[in-house]
Amino acid sequence: MPEARMNCLADLRGRQERARVAFYGPKVRLSVGVGTCGLANGAGDVLEALRDEVARRGLDFTVRATACVGLCEMEPLVDVLAPGLPRVFYHKVDPARARDLVAGLAKGLHHGDWALMRADQDKLLVDLPRSLTGSLNGLAAVPTFEEIPFYRHQMKVALRNCGFIDPLDVEEYLATGGYSALAKAMESMPPEQIIETIERSGLRGRGGGGFPTGKKWRACREAHGEPKYVLCNGDEGDPGAFMDRSIMEGNPHAVLEGMAIAAYAIGASYGYIYVRREYPLAVDHLRRAILQAEQAGLLGINILGRGFDFTVRISRGAGAFVCGESTALMASIEGQAGEPRAKHIHTSEKGVFGRPTTLNNVETWANVPVIINQGADWFAAIGTKASKGTKVFSVVGKARTTGLVEVPMGMTLREIVFDIAGGVAGGRQFKAVQTGGPSGGCLGEDQLDLPVDFDALTAAGSMMGSGGLIVMDDRTCMVEVARYFTNFLRRESCGKCTACREGVLRMYELLEKITAGQGTTADVDLLEEVSRYVADNSICGLGKSAPNPTLSTLKHFRGEYLAHVTEHRCPAGVCKALTKFTILTASCKACGKCSKACPTEAISGGAKKVPALIDQAKCVRCGSCREVCPFDAVGTE
Amino acid sequence: MSDHAPANRKVKTVIDGREIEVARDTWALDAAAKLKIRIPTLCHHAALTPYGACRLCVVEVTKGKSTWLTTACDLPIREGLSICTNSPAVLAARRMTLELLWAQAPASEEIQALAREMGIAKPRFAARGDGENRCILCGLCVRACEQLGAGGAIGFTRRGVERTVDSPFGGQATLCIGCGSCLAVCPTGHIRGIDRAGQRRMSTWHTEMEMAACESCGALFAPLRQLEHLRPRLAEHIPIVKVCPACRRAKAAKETTLPARPGAALIRNTRK
Repeated sequence: MPEARMNCLADLRGRQERARVAFYGPKVRLSVGVGTCGLANGAGDVLEALRDEVARRGLDFTVRATACVGLCEMEPLVDVLAPGLPRVFYHKVDPARARDLVAGLAKGLHHGDWALMRADQDKLLVDLPRSLTGSLNGLAAVPTFEEIPFYRHQMKVALRNCGFIDPLDVEEYLATGGYSALAKAMESMPPEQIIETIERSGLRGRGGGGFPTGKKWRACREAHGEPKYVLCNGDEGDPGAFMDRSIMEGNPHAVLEGMAIAAYAIGASYGYIYVRREYPLAVDHLRRAILQAEQAGLLGINILGRGFDFTVRISRGAGAFVCGESTALMASIEGQAGEPRAKHIHTSEKGVFGRPTTLNNVETWANVPVIINQGADWFAAIGTKASKGTKVFSVVGKARTTGLVEVPMGMTLREIVFDIAGGVAGGRQFKAVQTGGPSGGCLGEDQLDLPVDFDALTAAGSMMGSGGLIVMDDRTCMVEVARYFTNFLRRESCGKCTACREGVLRMYELLEKITAGQGTTADVDLLEEVSRYVADNSICGLGKSAPNPTLSTLKHFRGEYLAHVTEHRCPAGVCKALTKFTILTASCKACGKCSKACPTEAISGGAKKVPALIDQAKCVRCGSCREVCPFDAVGTE
Repeated sequence: MSDHAPANRKVKTVIDGREIEVARDTWALDAAAKLKIRIPTLCHHAALTPYGACRLCVVEVTKGKSTWLTTACDLPIREGLSICTNSPAVLAARRMTLELLWAQAPASEEIQALAREMGIAKPRFAARGDGENRCILCGLCVRACEQLGAGGAIGFTRRGVERTVDSPFGGQATLCIGCGSCLAVCPTGHIRGIDRAGQRRMSTWHTEMEMAACESCGALFAPLRQLEHLRPRLAEHIPIVKVCPACRRAKAAKETTLPARPGAALIRNTRK
């Protein structure tokens, strides 16, 4: 039975309390992460099995669908909250285990032997830290989440509640203190004070630009023109980045609450959330969240009876990377082709529909309610001198543990890669880490002690970007990496300006030539010249940052480029035209794995104690033999 | 930031070391023109909104401690800007732009002439496509159609290096009125069109249309579609859409008679 619309702050407080009682009540609560990552790993079946088993046994358990808790690799994850017991997480659950789990819990017992971790005190809930634990009841051997390296160094602010609450039910958000910040802002903070709080917190744009959020809001508040707009950029287009998707799927109300607070402070009446169409689940969750918030009187007309109107609508992108750029995004919302324009006149002055506009990224919006609740000083105490708070990263590539992590600013890349993500997978050597998505830069081993800080990363030739973090091992060719990302950017350039359209094309052609073994030192010089030109002369951020992969690899791995053009050699053994695989007979144990893996039957021997031999005429240089060899007996020339 | 002065406020700026006062938000290109400083352009036309696509008009802008390159055509002049139109960085950028455009549109003599003027003998990049291209995607034609013509007859298609200007789906441009604005503004000779056998042919847009005859002399003078487009907009001037410009001039000359009152001044200036 849905509750009625709330018409005053007292209504909100009462409803939050009722939701809280229901949430932490006497019932056992099971939640399954059915975000995009969970679903891909079969979490849908697990959810069904849990529901079915609970019903079959006639148990009065709550079974909830939640979103991603960050440990995507361990999905499906089941999170159990039983009265008087710690919160316990189970990983890689299948339907059979799900049924066993319910059977155990029916008797009040946990399966301590396959639990992943426990939380005695709910530090994952930044809004309301609370003690959960009663007795450990046989769970002492299960590590706490602070003991799990992946979580030990993390601090959840933007990701709070993600993977904990049911994103499709506003009551769950209310149970964890949701919309308190909006209430606090409307009740006790004049708009000026809200902006001042955000300014003092030091919050900077999480979409990559790092522009001070409070300054943006102030300029928009002071700008002339009605109506004003508040926009949310959810067009996360970087391959391998999924921070914003996770928040939109897992905690959509946090974004709405952040936007409503800004709208109240700025004097805006309309909001748009621009989400890429490739995120159907995020679109669905946001849409339902908006509907529920409107029905509850938390969005729309006369919010909480305070005479403040703010309407939010969703605008879906059609798959263009460039639409993550603010001016292209606004053109797209207006129904025009998603192409950028010069930014000499600020968005805060003339944004969408030519009106004063504030545009922030999903993660930035998710931070806002916490800052209002906890205060500017609390937030400003986290992080470095000029980069405050936390930052979410999606750690992918050759990391041992991939997933979504949120760390305080100032943590070094080394700590993220080695302490949180467990270093490089497969025992390989670390080579480089790319921060900031396809237009970010690659940083080598000697740069790993750089802190996560907007300015430090930019100074090193990379950027914070939206938070993609790709770990690369010693079998990665940095020239090929530059070629790969430049190709992506070439295809995603909108083609409006000469610098980006023609320049990135020529960069790509030069990189193709070099990786094909036909490059010269003059080509490397020309590549550098064109790259600098593109960075300086493009209209928008896409073009300006497109040379980052090339320029940063030229800066930190120039030797590798020179090996390609002067010695005609690909040191990493990746570029096919420059690589010849051979069997190191001394190391070969004739296990036969390589000849089985070879797609062209180019490997003879390799069994019955006869070392393998590669027929170079048949070899297509795919590297499969090297991938599978357990003895490092496949070398490159 | 909080620069919300009335739009007619004057601001001072320095261009190539010379100070000038202009109305706030005057385009840098126009401010430079007032000082007779020539900045080369390709995608700019005084009758159309600035677009900033060709990047040829880059200048070096300094504000406070920061200096950067940006296009002059879409840079509004505000307080505290200092502009240099011919620094080594500016010239190097323009040369690279022309080199890239030459390779993109190898058949355009106009681009080659500009590039040679800048000291480029030959682009270092291979010619794109079949070497017959003249279009540099400056977008003047699209803007002219939108802002001067009927609008929407042509537009950009696809993106990135595959971007082209075309009629909808490469077929007949059904909204084209044959006004020829696109052809008139094209800086590289890419857009083709001709009047032949009673038809106006906009070959680049795969579009043909019938011409109208002058009611007076019978000469074919404008596409019927253009006249239909103009008719509702020029209700009180209907003759304009019926008679060719030459006949209109002749008729106007005939109708302009001397004042009825002999001896009255044709012009009058009463200033002392």
